[in-house]
Parts: sequence; C-alpha cells; structure tokens
Amino acid sequence: MKQLLANPVLVKEIKLRFRSLKSFTGILFYLIAMCIFVFGFIMLTTSFTGTGYFRPEESFFMFAMLSYIQLGLILFITPGLTAGAISSEREKQTLNILLTTSQTSFQIIFGKLTSSIAFLLLLVVAGLPIYSLVFLFGGVSPGQLGIIFLFFFLTMLAIGGIGIMYSTIIRKTIVAMIATYGTMIFFTAVTGFIYLVITGMNSMAAGTLASSPIAHFLQVLIQLF
Amino acid sequence: MIEIKGLTKKYGSFYALNDLNLTLEEGTVFGFVGANGAGKSTTFSILATLLQPTSGDAFVNGKSVKTDAHEVRKQIGYMPDFFGVYDQLKANEYLDFYGASYGISEKEREVLIPQLLELVNLSHKRYDYVDLLSRGMKQRLCLARSLIHDPKVLILDEPASGLDPRARVEMRDILRQLKGMGKTILISSHILPELAEMCDEIGVIDGGRLIAHGSVADIQAQLAGEKQITVKLKGLLENAVQFFEEDPFVSKVELEVEKNSITFNYRGTEEDQINLLRKALDQSLKIISFSETETDLEDVFMEITKGVK
Repeated sequence: MKQLLANPVLVKEIKLRFRSLKSFTGILFYLIAMCIFVFGFIMLTTSFTGTGYFRPEESFFMFAMLSYIQLGLILFITPGLTAGAISSEREKQTLNILLTTSQTSFQIIFGKLTSSIAFLLLLVVAGLPIYSLVFLFGGVSPGQLGIIFLFFFLTMLAIGGIGIMYSTIIRKTIVAMIATYGTMIFFTAVTGFIYLVITGMNSMAAGTLASSPIAHFLQVLIQLF
Repeated sequence: MIEIKGLTKKYGSFYALNDLNLTLEEGTVFGFVGANGAGKSTTFSILATLLQPTSGDAFVNGKSVKTDAHEVRKQIGYMPDFFGVYDQLKANEYLDFYGASYGISEKEREVLIPQLLELVNLSHKRYDYVDLLSRGMKQRLCLARSLIHDPKVLILDEPASGLDPRARVEMRDILRQLKGMGKTILISSHILPELAEMCDEIGVIDGGRLIAHGSVADIQAQLAGEKQITVKLKGLLENAVQFFEEDPFVSKVELEVEKNSITFNYRGTEEDQINLLRKALDQSLKIISFSETETDLEDVFMEITKGVK
C-alpha cells in the first residue's frame, strides 16, 4: 500500500494541483454554495414556521438535499478531473517520455485516478463542517452519514474510472470529456428515468397510482397510443 | 550493443520501415541521417518501446523491445524530437519526478540531480519553472532527464532541432562529454555536418530502408566512386583544360578564369591521381595547388538519396 501511495505520478499530480490557484478557488466556491444552501434553508424554515426551532424531519430533509447537491457536484466535477488525465499528457507531448520510464501503465493510471479522487475527497471532507450542522438539529445518525460518504466514494471511483478509460482510448481531451459526461448522464439520468418507469409500472400493477407522477405519465401515454 | 533484425513497420500498405538491419557495438556514436518521413523517428520509437514493429525485432543489450520492453526501458535514455514539459514544476522537481519514475531512491536523487544539472549547465536554473525555460534549456534539461537512470544507450531524436547556433554548440559539447563516458548514442539530425564531427558511424535511411551504413569516410567513398579535384594554376589555362579532358578518369571539367582554377570529377584510384599530377607537371603546367574538394555530409546525403524511391 505504501509503495502504491509513493507513486511518482500521484505525488507529482498532487503537487501540481495544489500549486494552482484554481484548486483553492474551486474549494472556496463549493463551500460558499453549500453554506448559502444550508444557512438559507435554516433561515427560511425557522422564519416560515415562526417557532424558531428545527424539527428532526426537516433536518433529515436538509441532509438529503445536501447529499443530492454533493452528489451532483461529484458527478459534475469527476469527468472534468479525470477525462483529460492521459489525453492531456498526450497533447502536451509528455506521455511518450512517461511511457519510456520504468513505471507500468497500471502505475501511471493508478496515480492519475488516485490524485483526482484525492482532490474530490478533499472537497467532500472540506464540506464536512457544513454537514455537521445537520447533527446540531438531530434526525440523522453518523451511520447514515458514513453510508452516504461511502456511496460518494464509490461514485467517484466509478465515474473517475470511466473518465480515465476514455482519456486513454481517445486522443483528444475534449472528445474524451464529452464521452465521459455522456456516459455519466446515461448512468444517472437515463437509468434514473428507467428506474422511475419501472417503479411507475409496478405501482400501476399494484393499483396505487397516486403516489407516482411517472405512473400517471405512463398511463397517459398508454391511453394515447 | 544494439541489434536490429529485419525491422518492418507498416501503416496499411505504407512501409514506414522496410526490413531494417543494423548492428551497433557498445560505445558507438551512431548518426541517423534521412529526410523527413524517412523512418528515423519510427526506428527510434520502436527502440524506445513506444511502437511495436509489424515484423522483425530489435535488441538492446540482448533484450528484445517486443518481449522485454520493461528491461529495455531501464537501459535506454530517450529524448524525442518533440516533447513537452509540465507547468508549475521546477527544474529539480522535474528531474526528481523522472528519477522516482525510474525507481531511484530519494537519497540517490538528491545527489544525482545537482550533478546532472551541472552536466547540462543548468545549475543556476535549478529552482526555475521548466515551462519558463528557453527552448535550448528545455532540450538540455530533457537530456539530463534521459540520463537520470544512467542508461547505457541514449536515443536522441533531433536533439539540436530548433536551437540557435550557441545552443547547438552547447548541446554538441554535452554530447561529446557523453561520448567520453562510453555511452552508446544513437542520434538523428538534419544538421548533417554536426553528425560527421561527432559520429563513429552513420546510417542513411530513405523510404524506410537503410541505404548506406558505415563510417563517415566510408560513406563518402560510396559516393559513386567519384571525387572532385580543384587545380589552381598560373597561366596556360586552356592548355590545362585540354590536358585534363584527355585523361580517361576525368569528367565534367570546369574552368574558372577569375580564380585561375579548374575543377573536375575524378574516378581513378589514388595511384592514378598521383600519375595524373606527375604528368601535368611534366607538361610544364604551372600548378599552384592540386587538391580534393572536401565533400560535406549534406552532399553525400543528397547524392546517396538521389533517385531512391
């Protein structure tokens, strides 16, 4: 493990990433966006109820929304970080030199993927203090938070892996990026839509239409055709 | 030692390399001469394990580039014709990264890097960002990078291209030092006279085929067996023209009245050449000088590649 983490590509990528102001401004804007959401949500909820306190169900809702925002962010940033990992080396004409060193292709790819995921993890960890506000109001267990973070990590790994794959097989970064975003959208929106369709159909079969708008939509479609 | 056996690289029906055979002994400085697209970079890319040949094989110190690529990489230092550098990385960090990539320990790297920067005269640029260095400095840094793991073989693809005369001279001096270290160096260049100075052997490649191989002198001798001779005289130029035109080994006699000289192509042996001079003196021709014109490598290259398709 120690040998894997002493990967020269990983060390170099992390060093270069944190020399760039972009990384820090990225984290800053991300945290600002999260703060606006959390504090806005708390302010609105307390003002509307007029009670001045937060109910546990509301706290869970805030946690769910925060998690969706963070998931959306991971889905949006991961292709950007990984789809250019290898192709940009090719474009910068540094790949040939790298390939003639003693590093194996696995080491190079591992270094690239790990450095991107490390940055994303930093982003998620940087948002933890904002997440911790949820604990102030109760309604969410640390176990749930752990599960959601594990889910984030697996999502990063999967989308990051796809990004690196496209970056390796496609010569141009821009094309690799489009392909990665396309695949990411397929895996999230399209599969999400299919899931909703299946759920809707199941609801129809069970005769409980009222709970799902998709079921209504499907029913309209069936009546039309 | 480098052995290239029947190396062929095909792209569709196009032969980038066609049955290339070459053997280089350890410590040889080999110059690869050829026009653009002749197959120099393809050969170097195969030797650097970046390209797989369609057929044939190449061996670096007995290790095959096809089956022992990892071992070959440890023995070669490769400098491509075009290369980039990473932004926001300092010169010493650049070398440190590649040193780590070759599995050199941190302690060794700390000793090696200042020595390499010293070798390529970049010690004063140690903490400068590599993307801000001049072209010549980047070339030298890349050369230092290719030396970091102390390879036995150096493959340098056009190391002097795009450099100004001063940077070229500096690069040449470094290469001379490396030659002195006993490295086997394969170098390609368009600046052909530079190769003549540095190389023990030269290979001329055209259309993917090695059409000439040997020492610079050998290759020059292959020049269709002809040499150019210039004779400077005092007076009697017309008589001299007539005299040389009558010799069976002489052709293309040209008279330059302003310079009082006659130039002709000569295909006889050295003995014939001595006899010709003796006869000319017997004819009372007032010869000031009688000399072979130095044929430079560019002439050789143009002559050898003439008509090769």
